[in-house]
Amino acid sequence: MSTLTPAAPQSSGPARSTSPAARATGRAPRRGKARMDPTRNNTAAGIAAWLLALLFAVPVLWMILTSFHSETDAATNPPSIAANLTLDAYREFFGETSGVSPWPSLINSASASILSTVLVLLLAFPAAYALSIRPVKKWTDVMFFFLSTKMMPVVAAILPLYLFARTVGALDNIWFLILMYTSMNLPIAVWMMRSFLAEVPEEMLEAAQIDGANLLLILRKIIAPVAMPGIAATALICFIFSWNELLLARVLTGVVAGTAPVFLTGFVSGQGLFLAQVCAAAVVISLPVLFAGFAAQDKLVQGLSLGAVK
Amino acid sequence: MTTATARISRPGRNAATPSLNARQRERSLAWARRAPLLPALVFLILVTQLPFVATLVISFMNWNSLSPDKTAFAGLENYATVLTDPDLRQAIFTTILLTVSVVLISLLIGLGLALLLDKKFIGRGLARTLLIAPFLVVPVAAALIWKHALLNPTYGLINGILTWVWSLFGSTAAPQLDLLSQAPMMAVILSLVWQWTPFMMLILLAGLQSRPMDTVEAAQMDGATPWGIFRHLTLPHLRQYLELGGLLGAIYIVQNFDAVFTLTAGGLGTANLPYAIYQTFYFANEYGLASAAGVVVVIGTIIVATFALRTVFSLFKKEAAR
Repeated sequence: MSTLTPAAPQSSGPARSTSPAARATGRAPRRGKARMDPTRNNTAAGIAAWLLALLFAVPVLWMILTSFHSETDAATNPPSIAANLTLDAYREFFGETSGVSPWPSLINSASASILSTVLVLLLAFPAAYALSIRPVKKWTDVMFFFLSTKMMPVVAAILPLYLFARTVGALDNIWFLILMYTSMNLPIAVWMMRSFLAEVPEEMLEAAQIDGANLLLILRKIIAPVAMPGIAATALICFIFSWNELLLARVLTGVVAGTAPVFLTGFVSGQGLFLAQVCAAAVVISLPVLFAGFAAQDKLVQGLSLGAVK
Repeated sequence: MTTATARISRPGRNAATPSLNARQRERSLAWARRAPLLPALVFLILVTQLPFVATLVISFMNWNSLSPDKTAFAGLENYATVLTDPDLRQAIFTTILLTVSVVLISLLIGLGLALLLDKKFIGRGLARTLLIAPFLVVPVAAALIWKHALLNPTYGLINGILTWVWSLFGSTAAPQLDLLSQAPMMAVILSLVWQWTPFMMLILLAGLQSRPMDTVEAAQMDGATPWGIFRHLTLPHLRQYLELGGLLGAIYIVQNFDAVFTLTAGGLGTANLPYAIYQTFYFANEYGLASAAGVVVVIGTIIVATFALRTVFSLFKKEAAR
């Protein structure tokens, strides 16, 4: 029982201040001592881990490499790994000859992701506060209601949403998509934020209340320092989910409000040499997610497991 | 949670008979507690629950937007069609096959990777970062890369490597794969396993690192074999992390649309329910039928979700009891 991290928020407290790498390696020396011959064992594990890591990374590395090749070098069998590097594919992706620019769709994606994330945080923070720091009665039931809405597949609600949007003239309108993304991420954000707010030490809150500190002061001086990294990670994960979304965007948007994933599905013409361009497009559209993901790496597990795993 | 409530309500309770005034104040305090919760709750109910009720209603209607004059109440007809139409039945089967195989395979590989990454070796941080990368490629982009850069039969990387390896041995007749047309389901599974293994690995690695090391050390002192430690200590401890990873993964993969849409466009028996529903209402304009299929997905999800909620709850209640 005590093995479960959520049960021991205090023990994770001091570790949080250290870097992710230090935390990851923190346990190894202790175990190393108990082993008879730790180095031999670990070398084999290290080699195996590295081989598998490279195997998993090959598609990503290949995507990046191919995006810097010319179309003729990209489509060879066997592959031309050492071919000359060029930015042609990126120029083509940004519409040098076709004149079709991906920028409107990238801007749509950015606004949909950023604005929906802001809305999610505005709605989720007070809710998480009312579920952790000053909890309502039956707060666990409320938590599970939030979670259950996330378990309903999007396809089960998409038709009425589409019909509604069509009736009120909200089809191909970025604001309608923003509302959809807000509802898509809100349950996750409430769960994540609650788990981060629950890490605020109760004694500190009580002490501040006794000293007569007002809500704003408590939020700024006590809650923010503890919960800020978690709130930032929540924002990054919501951003990723919105940026990645395809089904809602495909059904609810068109030429005006189409997002980058929609642009990408329409971009592949299927004719001629275009492999390098596809790779360049994939790199460009994945860059924000890669940055956000690596920035949130430290809290990624806790976020993706809805705060159940730390 | 009780401490704060007790402190606030104490004056009222201490009085011999709580006055009307005190009770009113207590009630308004309870509402003050609830207030921050309400915007999020109301918003979610409006945007997710209401549309589902509409789906439920439409699922009992005969409604094709191309012939609106024939719109009428259809009873259970749409549900009968969902369960008897060969395409939709195939979609149900595909959804189950896709979800189960992707979850199980990525859990197994994720477990292996987590066990390796739990050991200390040179460059572990970088190896971990490389392993997370597949999860951080936009799903549509990942599907496009798999379709064109890796699995393409003429110039994809996989066949390219086969040609290259065979040429090392002086052969010009390297075997060439064409998964996309010969085993499209395997292509979809492969790309999804690639994307979801990092997710499983991260959850299982967190589980491994929360093991109580003192018992493992004690077992080692007592001469337990690594396999014995894994079988009797590590695996039981990991059980709920395996369940959590599997169930969260299942909830996402049941809903997968991007990979099926991009890799095979639902062809050759790879259309899962989300894709089939999209087709049914977006192209065939069969609103009633699409809604009934949507309700069937929800019923399936509820079955999975009941187990998922129980697992999440077992992890959660320990924290709630703090």
